[in-house]
Amino acid sequence: MKTAVIVFPGSNCDRDIAVALEAVTGRKPAMVWHRESELPEGTGLVALPGGFSYGDYLRSGAMAARSPIMRAVSDAAAKGLPVLGICNGFQVLTEAGLLPGALMRNAGLNFVCRNVALTVENAQTAFTSRYAAGERILIPVAHHDGNYFADAATLDRIEGEGRVAFRYAENVNGSARNIAGVLNDAGNVLGMMPHPERRIEAAHGGDEGRRLFEGLLELVA
Amino acid sequence: MKLRIYVTLKPGVLDPQGKAIEHALAGLGFSGIEGARVGKLIELEVADSTDDSAIDAMCRQLLANTVIENYRIERLEPAK
Repeated sequence: MKTAVIVFPGSNCDRDIAVALEAVTGRKPAMVWHRESELPEGTGLVALPGGFSYGDYLRSGAMAARSPIMRAVSDAAAKGLPVLGICNGFQVLTEAGLLPGALMRNAGLNFVCRNVALTVENAQTAFTSRYAAGERILIPVAHHDGNYFADAATLDRIEGEGRVAFRYAENVNGSARNIAGVLNDAGNVLGMMPHPERRIEAAHGGDEGRRLFEGLLELVA
Repeated sequence: MKLRIYVTLKPGVLDPQGKAIEHALAGLGFSGIEGARVGKLIELEVADSTDDSAIDAMCRQLLANTVIENYRIERLEPAK
C-alpha cells in the first residue's frame, strides 16, 4: 500500500510515523510538504503526524488546517480515503472540520508525557480491527493541548454512533468523557491524541500500537 | 481601517488558564476574586473598503474556533 505523511513546519513525529508505516507496509511513505496541493497518485492512507505545526500559533493545528495540502486531504477523505491524525494531527483534523469537537489546554495545565492505558471502545473500525472491544492497551501520550471538548449533544451523538474509538482508562487531561480518539461519521478519519507509532516494537517497551497500522494495511490491501 | 477582534471562550467551556490566574491572584493576597477567563485580542489592519461579511468570514474561518470560542469585532476610526 502507498501511504503519505503530511509534513508541516513544526511537525516532529513525521519520521516516527514514517518508520511505523514502512515497518508494516514494507514501503517508505511519501513525505508530502504542506505547500503541495495534491496527494501522490494512488495514496491509500494519509497520516497527519504529531508535533507543533506553526509553533501552535493562534491555536494548536489552526494554521496547518488551512494549508494547501489540507484541501486535498479533505477532498480525499470525503471520497473515503483513510486519514489518521495523531496528536497534533488530531488537532489539525478538528480545526479543519474533518472531526467534531476541539482540543483545548490540558485541564491540569501540565504537558503530559507518559504511557497511558486506553480502552478500545469500538473494535469494528478500519483502524481498530486488530483489537478486541474493551481491550486495554498501553500507548504513550505527549501533549499540552489534549483536552477534548464538544458540546453535550455532539458527545451523545458520537458515542451513540460508535465514533469513540479509544478512551483513556484514567483522567489524563480533562477530556470530555475521557475521549482519546474520535472517528468521523463515515469511519474513515480517525484522530487520537496518544501515539501508537511510538509503541510498535519490543524496543519501545511494547508493541500495542503496531496492530493499528496492521489493521489498516489489511483494509486497504 | 483598524479592527480589534476579541476572541473569548464560550460560556460553559472550562478555562484552566483562567482558573490558574484566579488562584494565583488569590495567592498574592487579593481578596474577592470571583472569576478569570482568558481570551485573545487580535488587532487587524485592513483596507477601508473591506466589507463586514469578509471580516466576519475571517473570524469564522480562522481567527476563532466557533466550537469553543465567540468573537466580537470592534471597528476603530478609518485611517485618514
